[in-house]
Amino acid sequence: MGQEVNNEKVKILQGNEAIVEAAVAAGCRFFAGYPITPASEVAETMAQRLPQVGGVFMQMEDEIASICATIGASFGGLKACTASSGPGISLKQEGVGYASAVEAPIVVINVMRGGPATGMPTAVGQQDIMQAKYGSHGDYEIIALMPSSCQEAFDLTYKAFELSEHYRVPVYVLSDEIVGHTREKVRIPANLSPVERKKPAKENFQPYKAQANGLLDGMPGFNEGYRLLIDGQLHDEQGNRAAHLPDVCARLTERLCRKISDHADQLVDIESSYLEDAEIIVVSFGSPSRPSLRAVKDARAKGIKAGYLKLRIIWPFPETKLVELTAGARTLIVPELNIGRVVNEVKRAVGGQKEVVGLSKLGGLLHTPGEIQAEIERRAQACTR
Amino acid sequence: MHPLGEKYLRKNALPLLWCPGCGNGTILNATVRAIENLGIRDRLALVGGIGCSGWIPVYIDADTLHVLHGRAIPFATGLKMSDPNRKVIVFSGDGDCLGIGGNHFIHGARRNIDITVIMVHNQIYGMTGGQVAPTTPTASKTKTSPYGNPEMPFNGCELARASGATYVARWTTAHPRQLSKAIAEAIDHQGFSFVEVLTQCPTQAGRVIHGTADPAKLLDMIKANTISANAAKDKSAEELAGKFLIGTLHHDTQRPEFAGYYYEKIHKAAAAN
Repeated sequence: MGQEVNNEKVKILQGNEAIVEAAVAAGCRFFAGYPITPASEVAETMAQRLPQVGGVFMQMEDEIASICATIGASFGGLKACTASSGPGISLKQEGVGYASAVEAPIVVINVMRGGPATGMPTAVGQQDIMQAKYGSHGDYEIIALMPSSCQEAFDLTYKAFELSEHYRVPVYVLSDEIVGHTREKVRIPANLSPVERKKPAKENFQPYKAQANGLLDGMPGFNEGYRLLIDGQLHDEQGNRAAHLPDVCARLTERLCRKISDHADQLVDIESSYLEDAEIIVVSFGSPSRPSLRAVKDARAKGIKAGYLKLRIIWPFPETKLVELTAGARTLIVPELNIGRVVNEVKRAVGGQKEVVGLSKLGGLLHTPGEIQAEIERRAQACTR
Repeated sequence: MHPLGEKYLRKNALPLLWCPGCGNGTILNATVRAIENLGIRDRLALVGGIGCSGWIPVYIDADTLHVLHGRAIPFATGLKMSDPNRKVIVFSGDGDCLGIGGNHFIHGARRNIDITVIMVHNQIYGMTGGQVAPTTPTASKTKTSPYGNPEMPFNGCELARASGATYVARWTTAHPRQLSKAIAEAIDHQGFSFVEVLTQCPTQAGRVIHGTADPAKLLDMIKANTISANAAKDKSAEELAGKFLIGTLHHDTQRPEFAGYYYEKIHKAAAAN
């Protein structure tokens, strides 16, 4: 399948398959999961592909076991990944918190469907964006990327492995049912090398001694001579529990959050077009990005000064960059497949300096370009009136 | 300090957090001796669940993962499958293993994955203050069964065997030598091995269920409540009522072990690719 042209392989892949190909290219060699719509193809493709590259696929007894085995394999020395949707992602939340606390690099794929509860298993949603950031108990930070195409499913999954190893943090790929089940052309660079897992120095080794930037220097593994103690209780730099030491606990909690938030500027991944003179900018992410771009182009054809933004990393939220990029605009429109969540982040970022309009769509259907264009035109008319 | 303690204890994690008279120290001791006899320290991957007994591996100076309540076996599964040469030992309390972690337990046994589960059975949730456990005897009064436990206790060994475990043994903290030998056998066994340890909990089960916090009396009660599996063969059901069988209860060396079986498939798939 596929052909090699100009040092890249071009394949027709489903979004869920593109995620697997990217994971394999990034060096992922362990996947644990549990069947769930619309993420099952990730597990099915992993089951086929991983053994071919010497990797392990496991179908576990439930979603909780899947994320726990993934974390175990990460400390076991493999780059590791799990995938699910809706209810399964809810079940994984305790594990996400554990991975955050022990700083286990893992990638969590969420092929989002509509919720809550069993919700709409076969229909798209973006209702888990806040869950990705806040779903587990306690204070912690994660990174989340949002693909809007099969190509981005590939590119951002590869990037998710890079980021999880660098920041030693769980990284979400917030895909969705549309991206997951769409088939389109994906270009896979032929020279992609696996993501490196750096090993810490053994001299004076302390598993949780951070560098000045708050990050741990590399990722030790079991049976490599470190004699690790990894504990989900808040711990000191040696890994010993520190529940009786308020300063140590406060420092660790703060570091777990700030190692991400302090690097927010390096974690910006935004695509934009038509921004130069834009008065009305559509701020998009995930599947609605595609009708958004169409709507902006069509509005431009009608002489409306519309602009387009696509946030490919949604957490940490790129507030500073967003403010900078939208400085000249009067109105921001935020289309999202939920009750209106990220629109509040945008409002917070621009601090009342401009009109911010949510364009919420529920029910499991994607916005049409016409719906977004109509909102752009409405805002343009409101201005001229 | 005893030379084995000197060699194997994680000094900076001391002192032990257990109450005076607790049986966990005996289990730690028996485990360390088994590890020493097998000479497998560098291949060890230890996993502790949540509860008093989940702390046993924290005090052993090897590679240790202290995880979430009930989830020790899945974490151990990830460790085993990321390097099948590891010897993975899980320490789990009766609540951790049979209550919140019950599903993982039966599926770990079903897979016959080469993991050793040492289940510390003290009949109660000790660390949280003495609540009813899946192993608490019927009618026992605890903090959350003040009118007497209306439920029937699990038999962990029978559950393990029925689920597919290929090594099953039960000993007690009153039998430290036999316990250490069984732990060594379990670690050496290629497959899912389960060692249940009946132990005294003076602070909670002792006071709350048995009316005494005296560890010696509690050990006597445990002894009186057990019978060797061999001796039990000639006894009637009436004579065995309420007794725990001790000894090796099941040992099957024929069934394929999961990691070995699956890695053969992986090697073939990788070679064909």
